[in-house]
Amino acid sequence: MDLSSINPILLLASLMVAATPLLLAAVGELVVEKAGVLNLGVEGMMITGAICGFAIAVNTGNPLLGVLAAAAGGAVLSLLFALLTQVALANQVASGLGLTLFGLGLSSLIGQGYQGIRPPSFPRLNIPGLSDVPVVGRIFFSHDLMVYLGLIIVTAVWFMLKYTRAGLILRAVGENHEAAHALGYKVVRIRIMAILFGGACAGMGGAYISLIRVPQWTEGMTAGIGWIALALVVFASWKPWRVLLGAYLFGGVTVIQLNLQAAGVAIPVEYLAMSPYLITILVLVIMSADKSSAPASLGRIFHASR
Amino acid sequence: MKLTKLLTTAALALGLATGAMAQDKLKVGFVYVGPVGDGGWTYEHDKGRLAVEAEFGDKVETVFVESVPEGPDAERVMTQMALDGAKLIFTTSFGFMDPTINVAAKFPDVKFEHATGYKRADNVSTYSARFYEGRAIQGHIAGKMTESNIIGYIGSYPIPEVIRGINSAFIHARKVNPDVQFKIVWAYTWFDPAKEADAAKVLIEQGADVILQHTDSTAPLAAAAEAGNIIGFGQASDMGEYADGPRVSSIIDNWAPYYIARTRAVLDGTWTSTDTWDGIGPGMVGIGEITDKVPADVKAEALAMKDAIAKGEYHPFTGPLNKQDGSVWLADGEVADDGTLLGMDFYVEGIEGTIPN
Repeated sequence: MDLSSINPILLLASLMVAATPLLLAAVGELVVEKAGVLNLGVEGMMITGAICGFAIAVNTGNPLLGVLAAAAGGAVLSLLFALLTQVALANQVASGLGLTLFGLGLSSLIGQGYQGIRPPSFPRLNIPGLSDVPVVGRIFFSHDLMVYLGLIIVTAVWFMLKYTRAGLILRAVGENHEAAHALGYKVVRIRIMAILFGGACAGMGGAYISLIRVPQWTEGMTAGIGWIALALVVFASWKPWRVLLGAYLFGGVTVIQLNLQAAGVAIPVEYLAMSPYLITILVLVIMSADKSSAPASLGRIFHASR
Repeated sequence: MKLTKLLTTAALALGLATGAMAQDKLKVGFVYVGPVGDGGWTYEHDKGRLAVEAEFGDKVETVFVESVPEGPDAERVMTQMALDGAKLIFTTSFGFMDPTINVAAKFPDVKFEHATGYKRADNVSTYSARFYEGRAIQGHIAGKMTESNIIGYIGSYPIPEVIRGINSAFIHARKVNPDVQFKIVWAYTWFDPAKEADAAKVLIEQGADVILQHTDSTAPLAAAAEAGNIIGFGQASDMGEYADGPRVSSIIDNWAPYYIARTRAVLDGTWTSTDTWDGIGPGMVGIGEITDKVPADVKAEALAMKDAIAKGEYHPFTGPLNKQDGSVWLADGEVADDGTLLGMDFYVEGIEGTIPN
């Protein structure tokens, strides 16, 4: 056992990297669910974003364009879900599962010929002064832009939901779509916008894996992170800050347990391997003792017939 | 009226014809643990499947299901395959062992082939490759080339297959470099590129400059390429796309000859339950090209070892070897028997850490 081989600075820095894809996908899904829609297609949108972003980044040589393409790819795929559930009034659970299967297939189709290619590397933020500060500079101020984008999106979502009229309307639609409709809000339109936002976020989360975290394209490379994001939204009781906490906990414990294993700590590996799930769930369940509940209209189909 | 009747007859005839045609073809099923595009383990099995198609053309029809989780769901997939008429089914991951045995009991006239397992039945064969032979060569190159004397090893699950690989690589790295240390991380997955890359990064951060992997994707090589100045090896497949980067050699699984032979056996009616465990000699394990990053003398030694193993002159587990606790495993000159190797659940002397249960 040799804990000195763990570099705490690099550990904290890679913690943020490991958490970001989960954070992006989960905060997108949070907005969708706050609008009363349950989109189980997060995994499909993530993997589609991963390959769209990868393909565009490789072809243009510009990783930022790749991220935009990933957001667009995820959003376009989620549009399919929006059409099925909001226009054709299909069952949300079935449509979401279908979206995941479709996304996995579509991405491996697009991904033919992109295996084994190295994407252009992502620019790392370098703030003169701040990034050079010892310890703090490496942990907080020298990441790629996406890490900060994730944090900005969480802050913006929290602010919008809590303090703005738009957020109030979104929540109203999610809590009671008939009342919102009676008040004159366009329930379907608002929900479609939320779904598109969720798709774009999931797409960017996927691209973060294919462009930065790994970086390469492999079929099925998201390997279940979309499902973890879905669970995280529930355990975080639909609160943006808890999603942030949960994502960082999960990403953090994942990286820490690998570090502890490599350092040869005498904790049985089985416990280390399950620790990210266990600790994240435990912390969030304890925090959600305040009985915050799901949006009341979550997963219910809305039709303006009355 | 006449037209309808004609059409009905035609449709009926067509139906009978296609039905008859389907009868003639041997349907061969493949159950994969990862996607066919993983660039490693499953990719090579799928190459074997394509080779079967190329060899037998119209006489066979192949089907496959990818990314099947190890567990009860695998049983459902195999059952469905057997119900759909597959007469020969290859299940290509260790964790499919019990599901394969269970499903095989329900379909006595369907032949099953399970990769890397040890449970057999009248209609279940097992097959595997002696990957540890390739690991010995990897260990040799790794021990010679490491400068930090720390070699990182990404394990999937603590099963004999993986432990054998760790031991073989370690023995040969230690042999050429007494200071070498192994840092072992268990990913508890065969395929999860993000996690595999994380594991590689962690090992690199903790000083490893050689990364060995026993997981299925190319992600650890991608992470090594990103870190720079790290070497790694292709696992299960050549992973040649990283040859100008971290990859200095590889272990290649070549399943095609076996799949062709077994399919032919079913077509001829000569199939029996067998246990196959082939290595470099018969060609089931290949060593990918050793790149110029490896010094010429190390490369020559590695190739000499490969030849010696292929000819049967050298066995990677030759004594004197002690177990991790210091007790004697193999006396001087003694060679490990296959039974011990197949059930290997201990580290050899010098490896730190314990094997998870």
